[in-house]
Amino acid sequence: MGEANFDAEIRTALANFPVPELEGQPFVIPKPLSECRVALVTSAGLHKPEVDRFKSLDQSYRELSEPFESLVMSQGSQNFDRSGFMQDRNVVFPIDRLHELADQGVIGSVAKKHYSFMGAIFEFSTIQQDSGPACAKQLIEDGTDVVLLTPV
Amino acid sequence: MLAHVFETAGLSTVVFASIRNLVERIKPPRSLYCEFPLGRPLGDPNDPAFQTRTLMAGFELLKEPAGPVLVDYPERARTAVTEAVSCPLPPRYDPDLPKSIDEMRGLRPAFDRAAENGTGLYVNFDLLEPGLAALERIEAGTPWTEADLPAPLHEVTLSIRNYYDQAALALADHIPGARSSETWFAQQTQTGELIHKTQKIIRDSGAEEMHWFYMLPPNQHRIPRL
Repeated sequence: MGEANFDAEIRTALANFPVPELEGQPFVIPKPLSECRVALVTSAGLHKPEVDRFKSLDQSYRELSEPFESLVMSQGSQNFDRSGFMQDRNVVFPIDRLHELADQGVIGSVAKKHYSFMGAIFEFSTIQQDSGPACAKQLIEDGTDVVLLTPV
Repeated sequence: MLAHVFETAGLSTVVFASIRNLVERIKPPRSLYCEFPLGRPLGDPNDPAFQTRTLMAGFELLKEPAGPVLVDYPERARTAVTEAVSCPLPPRYDPDLPKSIDEMRGLRPAFDRAAENGTGLYVNFDLLEPGLAALERIEAGTPWTEADLPAPLHEVTLSIRNYYDQAALALADHIPGARSSETWFAQQTQTGELIHKTQKIIRDSGAEEMHWFYMLPPNQHRIPRL
């Protein structure tokens, strides 16, 4: 298996990956973007160096807030590139781009708190029923209107 | 699925999706499918203009009156998945040490330089030398279950791989493409060679796949799955 084809192999293999059954099709139309507070939520397994790392099959989440200079990626999956993140956190956590867009008035503001879950899990019930809604509650308490999700 | 949970709670969401098949079936409210190297949902590192264009294409989806919305982003990343990055390896320093441990120690300045960048991969330093020493024992004939591994094999090899991946960034003579540092590790380093050899030994000993499969990325394996 060559390196260049590995992404294609994974994309094909995941065609058979079971996905959770979700009820309904919620769709929240936001206010104008220039008035929206925007937050980031990634599944890259990021956290601050002083907090607990993600463990295998972890369905909990970590809060990401200033300063963002020393984020650690502890996800153990071997199915995606990590070197992009090591060179530039914005590849998975585009916090600097959001601040630029807020300075330009394109978006209303950048949330104070952002969050990371960890991908490469096969069971989602805790995220669906517990940690996901808890994270949503914290986002809303921070005044967030729009969440950008960056799965890896 | 998080998009569904968040939207149910009253938030608007946009997913920057890397696997089209998954969002076709999960149907998040708004997805921008970007066919970039996996692990780079915003595209190229150190290219703010590219990243901002990608973000703006995602924000465009917020104007849609109803969902689910799935849009294919036409741009492709400039830094494609590439072959091994070119990195100089440290010379042999202490001939009394196993080659892997000597090499790992020699890469420490590079690792530290790369860490100055701030962001990094998780490395448990307590696993590096004891882990390599255990792998050396396995290669020398000790059964893997008796080799005094300091943690489960996948934990040991994750910290070793992450350490080398990070050091490679400081050693590369050009900006590495996706996966090129892990390819360098698996194909050109003493420690990568040791892990290949011990992976085969452990597999051939009849160990369950879960023990040896995650020692290296699957595209680097030299041995077939059982």
